[in-house]
Amino acid sequence: MSAHADRAAPFVANDARMHWHDKAVWYVRGNRDRAAASVPEWETLRELAAQVKAHTLSRLAEYLEAFEQNALRLGAQVHWAADAAEHNAIILSILEARGTRKLVKSKSMLTEECHLNDFLAARGVEVVDTDLGERIVQLAREAPSHIVLPAIHKKKEEIGELFHHFLGTEAGASDPKYLTEAARGHLREKFLAAEVGLTGVNFAIAETGGVVVCTNEGNADLGTSLPAVHIASMGVEKLIPRAADLGLFLRLLARSGTGQPITTYTSHFHGPRPGSELHIVIVDNGRSALLSSETHRRSLSCIRCGACMNTCPVFRRSGGHSYDATVPGPIGSVLAPARDAGRYASLPFASSLCGSCSDVCPVKIDLHHQLFLWRRELSRLGLTPLPKRVASRMGSFVLRRRWLYALLGWSARVLGRMLPGRLLRWRINPWVRQRELPPMPKESFRAQWRKRRV
Amino acid sequence: MHDVALFIPCYVDQFYPQVGMATATLLERLGCKVHFPEDQTCCGQPMANAGSTDAAAPLAERFLRIFEPFPYVVCPSGSCVSMVRHHYRDLLPGRTVDAVGKRTFELCEFLVDILGIQSIPGRFPHRVGLHQSCHALRELRLGSGSERVVPRFNKVRTLLASLEGITLVELTRPDECCGFGGVFSVEEEAVSCAMGKDRIADHLQAGTEVLTGVDVSCLMHLDGLVRRDRQPLRVRHVAEILAGASG
Repeated sequence: MSAHADRAAPFVANDARMHWHDKAVWYVRGNRDRAAASVPEWETLRELAAQVKAHTLSRLAEYLEAFEQNALRLGAQVHWAADAAEHNAIILSILEARGTRKLVKSKSMLTEECHLNDFLAARGVEVVDTDLGERIVQLAREAPSHIVLPAIHKKKEEIGELFHHFLGTEAGASDPKYLTEAARGHLREKFLAAEVGLTGVNFAIAETGGVVVCTNEGNADLGTSLPAVHIASMGVEKLIPRAADLGLFLRLLARSGTGQPITTYTSHFHGPRPGSELHIVIVDNGRSALLSSETHRRSLSCIRCGACMNTCPVFRRSGGHSYDATVPGPIGSVLAPARDAGRYASLPFASSLCGSCSDVCPVKIDLHHQLFLWRRELSRLGLTPLPKRVASRMGSFVLRRRWLYALLGWSARVLGRMLPGRLLRWRINPWVRQRELPPMPKESFRAQWRKRRV
Repeated sequence: MHDVALFIPCYVDQFYPQVGMATATLLERLGCKVHFPEDQTCCGQPMANAGSTDAAAPLAERFLRIFEPFPYVVCPSGSCVSMVRHHYRDLLPGRTVDAVGKRTFELCEFLVDILGIQSIPGRFPHRVGLHQSCHALRELRLGSGSERVVPRFNKVRTLLASLEGITLVELTRPDECCGFGGVFSVEEEAVSCAMGKDRIADHLQAGTEVLTGVDVSCLMHLDGLVRRDRQPLRVRHVAEILAGASG
């Protein structure tokens, strides 16, 4: 059993909860379908977006330099981080320069990837996630289980309990409006007290030097308007060439992710507000290595909409935490092995390769094919389980010899008919734990065919 | 008359001979001259999906050698066809694989696209639920699929719908995966079976009497669950329905 399967099995075992999760996430996929269908040129947009991203990645260095120059011209400060450690150190130094120990954050998967919260907490900085879902998982000391819906795995009753404990809401309260109001009041104090706010970046425009942040709660706007310092952390792949390209991606992003025509807030930051600072931290953290891989380069086109998670029949039934990676689901299973092939070797196998992810992806990443290719690479690296490799070799040996194949097929049919049902349902074989074996026919097709010919 | 080589996947040959026979019967009835190259065993998909390129490549090479002489190769399994058409080039870099790949068809695809058939004369007075096998749907594009914004079409459904007396049921999730997925079905047994049971539940609420599809592998998985749980459903490959109804 692989690692993902070990974590998925307990999630599946709670049948009612698994189906609740499946339905909640599938509902979002349904919203996405309706939103996409409302745009007749949807498939053209996907193709265009894929091409813009491919083009940008092919000249990433040039676009990054252009972006830096334009951002500097607008008065932003630009920092370059080769990895997570550098990113975290830069954030800390900005806080220290300001002499503050408080940071409010809006949603940023990059800071999750860099484990910024733990790093800062260990150095006495209070970090408050201000996205409601992120705040919920932060209070629960968990990681987000979905990149767009971080607390989708939590029921409202559980959130009520959490808020009762941490925010002093009434015991047993589970009304979403009441709980949201409570979170809002609690976060407002944090916003007012903070001197530094950090956001992620959805798009960075090379031509203008501006960054664009898409949110639904307005928390990013509060977090950048009230504190005097705004830090925008972005991966190098967030670049788009021109302001004119932005519309294309905005049309795709929210429709794919949640089924909204556009996110509630699309905030554009072109340089700092008068009297304040804007720091843009540009992070590599393994991305340029991925860019150099001809096979997996395309996965850098991802705009983090979450559509592949919502459509994935495995994700919906195993939960985001079963992936044990910053980004779960199909795109996460493509990205994670590039980071640490050994640790995440089971993820490319946590898929039936149904291909639904590839067809919902707004930038047309060939996700299920990427998973297929990762399997090949992991096998070459010797990172797939030995029994699997041995079985493949043995299978290949047999199937290259027609007589041996026919003999073994015959034996299987004879045994299948003769052995008592009890033995056939021997539960050491995972196939028969919940399934019957096919009824064994007397003759193979080739035997029947031969008889029919004579 | 079209010369057609039957490509009968290994597990169909050994465990589902009736599907192979139905395929041959149907093709002959529609005027094809059917051949069965007896050297064939397996296309190599199980090994390729397990990541074992070295084990799969010789089988791919073998497949191409056996089927190269034939103008058409027809198979009652979308997944195996997709392996040949779309994945051999990854297994055999530098080898010309497209010639055979372009001539290899899933059965319904061959009937609609090559023979130009839209309807099958015959009668099948049952409530039928079509399981859309993923590789046939999303790799071979036998149907439009619920994800894409393209004109709706479905080659398998068109053929089935042409049968007299048939009722095709409407599912709440018309093309969700059944969870077979080859090695996935045993490696991720819990998720795989949960996916299969959800598909079956969808068919039961829709009133399916006969559950059909173009891939025997999906049907083997679903039928295994149906029989263990004693669900009131019969599972039949689409070739069995089309050949049986037109006989």
